[in-house]
Amino acid sequence: MARTERVKSMSATYNAASGTGVSTPSTWRGLAMGRSGSDLVIASLLVLAGLATLLFGEPYWLLGAQVAITMIFALSVDLLVGFAGIVTLGHAVFFGLGAYTVGIASVHLGWTEPLSGLLLAGASAGLLGLGTGVLVLRTKGLGQLMLTMAFASLVYEIANRAKPVTGGADGLQGVIVAPIFGLFDFDIFGLTAFLYTLAVLGIVVLFAVLMTRSPYGRSLVGIRENRVRMQAIGTNVQQRLLSIYVVSAALAGVAGALLAQTSQFVGLNALHFGLSGEVLIIVALGGAGRLWGALLGAVVFSLFKDRLSALDPAYWYFWLGLLLAVIVLFAPKGLIGLVDRLMAALHPKEAQ
Amino acid sequence: MLTAALTIIFHGLAFAMVLYIVSVGLGITMGLMNFANLAHGAFAAAGGYVVVVATKALGWPFWAALPAAFVVVALTGAVIERLVVRTLYGADELRQVLFSIALLFMAIAGFTLAFGPLQQQPEIPAALSGQIGAGGLEFPAYRSFVIVAGVLILGALWLLIGRTRMGMRIRAAVDNRNMAEAIGVDTKLLFTMTFALGTGIAGLGGGIGADVLSITPTYGQEYLVLFLIVVAVGGLGSIFGPFVAALCIGIVDVAGKYLIPEFGAFFIYGVVIAILLAKPAGLFGVRS
Amino acid sequence: MTAAILETRALHKNYGALTVAQNINFTLEPGTFEALIGPNGAGKSTFVNLLTGLVPPTSGTVILDGADVTAEPIEARVKRGLVRTFQINTLFNSLTVAENVILALDEHRGQGWRPLPSPSRRRRIREEAYDILGRLGLEPWGNREVKELPYGRQRLVEIAIALALRPKVLLLDEPAAGIPSTETGTIIEVLENLASDLAVLIIEHDMDLVFRFAQRITVLVQGAVLARGTPDEIANNDEVKAVYLGEGIHA
Repeated sequence: MARTERVKSMSATYNAASGTGVSTPSTWRGLAMGRSGSDLVIASLLVLAGLATLLFGEPYWLLGAQVAITMIFALSVDLLVGFAGIVTLGHAVFFGLGAYTVGIASVHLGWTEPLSGLLLAGASAGLLGLGTGVLVLRTKGLGQLMLTMAFASLVYEIANRAKPVTGGADGLQGVIVAPIFGLFDFDIFGLTAFLYTLAVLGIVVLFAVLMTRSPYGRSLVGIRENRVRMQAIGTNVQQRLLSIYVVSAALAGVAGALLAQTSQFVGLNALHFGLSGEVLIIVALGGAGRLWGALLGAVVFSLFKDRLSALDPAYWYFWLGLLLAVIVLFAPKGLIGLVDRLMAALHPKEAQ
Repeated sequence: MLTAALTIIFHGLAFAMVLYIVSVGLGITMGLMNFANLAHGAFAAAGGYVVVVATKALGWPFWAALPAAFVVVALTGAVIERLVVRTLYGADELRQVLFSIALLFMAIAGFTLAFGPLQQQPEIPAALSGQIGAGGLEFPAYRSFVIVAGVLILGALWLLIGRTRMGMRIRAAVDNRNMAEAIGVDTKLLFTMTFALGTGIAGLGGGIGADVLSITPTYGQEYLVLFLIVVAVGGLGSIFGPFVAALCIGIVDVAGKYLIPEFGAFFIYGVVIAILLAKPAGLFGVRS
Repeated sequence: MTAAILETRALHKNYGALTVAQNINFTLEPGTFEALIGPNGAGKSTFVNLLTGLVPPTSGTVILDGADVTAEPIEARVKRGLVRTFQINTLFNSLTVAENVILALDEHRGQGWRPLPSPSRRRRIREEAYDILGRLGLEPWGNREVKELPYGRQRLVEIAIALALRPKVLLLDEPAAGIPSTETGTIIEVLENLASDLAVLIIEHDMDLVFRFAQRITVLVQGAVLARGTPDEIANNDEVKAVYLGEGIHA
């Protein structure tokens, strides 16, 4: 009897908190099944912000391109961490490899065509994902975290030492990028860069949204929720996880390639542990496992960073740490969780 | 040839002992509380700064500054454990990792604001600043002291964990926390004490090792990979495992950098990946 | 006698000196309902884990539908029709009840790799999921997250997932565990309505349930088969009685 009572009161609070009739409550890390008015609100806001920047924000086009790149990177990590439940502290390795692939192809091989460069970067990062993923996914917990870090550190060290190819600590200067479709050259105002990254972002988001609503995406959430049961319903869990590891790596590689193409420079920073940490922070800030949370997180984080780190890097680290601690302790569902609550507060009547 | 080998071993040992002193506490707290504390290195840095301030600004002798580093950092650790870390036991890995990164970042900012971005060196007593000769070879006295300190700390921990009631409780709780609680071990107090002990030793390591791993605000981030490697390779919840792991890593790293400098830290990561793949729970892991 | 759908030959498992499964020979025919009983620690769970592939045997073979599956992983055996439920609920707690079943349906159809959604397919699969939920009286709960359900209903979700996989052999690991005896009615109803060509092996402590359904009973003691036979034979077996002394075995 007591148990039934508890369930009743639980479902009552759930209905009160769920906001619109359509959306159901989201837990930390959310659900894959594409429910939530918050997604729609955030998507609309992001599109509006993008349009406004395009029309009225000429000085911010280059920044806008960087934000879009960060969004793609964050999305790739959210697919892995938020959906499949694999925590990584070395995802910058794929981002950096993508960037170096484009950079090296351009500087050393004269391969300057941008779209094929993106594909090449995605493929090489995906390949590295396949190679390391097989090993990383054999372990769990701390060991797994360590392996992701160790592989990233290894590649960082290689890039640092292979000076003739990568430029070492000086970075790879003078990455030349041919006009897109042979028509649109990368201009100094960053309009081409901005539109180009937005277009890629749009495609990636569409792909991710569709994927997370597909049987495949659902199976990833299944693995995150209960690995044992997933195996007991006939899934080869290892293979499924490896596949998303590769997809996520390839997307991160594409993001890195975009950075190399739009900034015409590749530095060791693109491989650094700090970047792996940052992108994890972005996902948590926005709310893991919700796609739109990661996208929102990327925007907020990038703007925040752009403002604060201009003042003093030390302050930036302090505020970043404080923000992160507050999120972890008090808002584990991230910004999108706050949007959920806001929506619920705005539509109290629709709650049953 | 022999000289080169001895030099490598000597400096490898000194490096290994610093790694061990700083990392051993991390392994114990991870094994006991299952808490992935990426901010552990920041506690070591804090210890380093305590020694710097005590010896330079306050004019304390080095031998008094070291215990002070232990005490100050252990107390800080205890307070942080009581206030926040406690709420994250049993939370998912992602939240623990993120929270400890948050701590790390705030520490980096704090150290930069307080001490500036540059490296800080504590005052070392005259007795440790020269060279000592042995078998026709000269070794820096300070690094010899570091090696001795590492072995002493291993011995002290062995006595503490192996021979005292607190150590017995820690071992019991690492093995089976529920059972330990069931027979009346106050795990809350035990966790606070262990966290304090672990961070305190790290603080001591930061102070002792300032000559090997230089004290800068980003200490906790720069060497984090090394500390985690020692723990992951050595195995969680063990005090000997990290010792052996630190020895391997210290000597391999120094040898690699000395013999084939162009490969840099390449060897370490290669060795680590190999070990973790062969033994995912580490060399002496009580649990994976 | 029809060909066995599931068979073990001299299945043996030991951890060093500790033997947990001792040369077990066992057969299960299609359409039969068999029970596996034994005191605590008799090795019932180990036997199930050996059958499903969670634990590799030290020696011996497991034959499923004519094929030697001893070396096959869990998921491959599931694909061949060997499906289990868990003694302790092992569910996708943050997904809805319907989604739990849909996951199983998708995997069974080999759709788990399908990276794009299709609205028409989605509708069809939902209907199928609700069909299964309907058979278990879970229809009204379809849109609720599993963790909101009372424990007894979660037990039924366990079975719903298993049924979605269209099993040939169904291993029910204490399906009534954790449910008050007054509420086992639904479970009984479900068991009564299982397809007639299905082979069922039930592990259960509730002797009422066992003797009500089982056509044959295997008694496991200390990792070895002590007795095997019809409920009547088992109920009158002196060795079995001795083992269960005080536990009240009755037909």
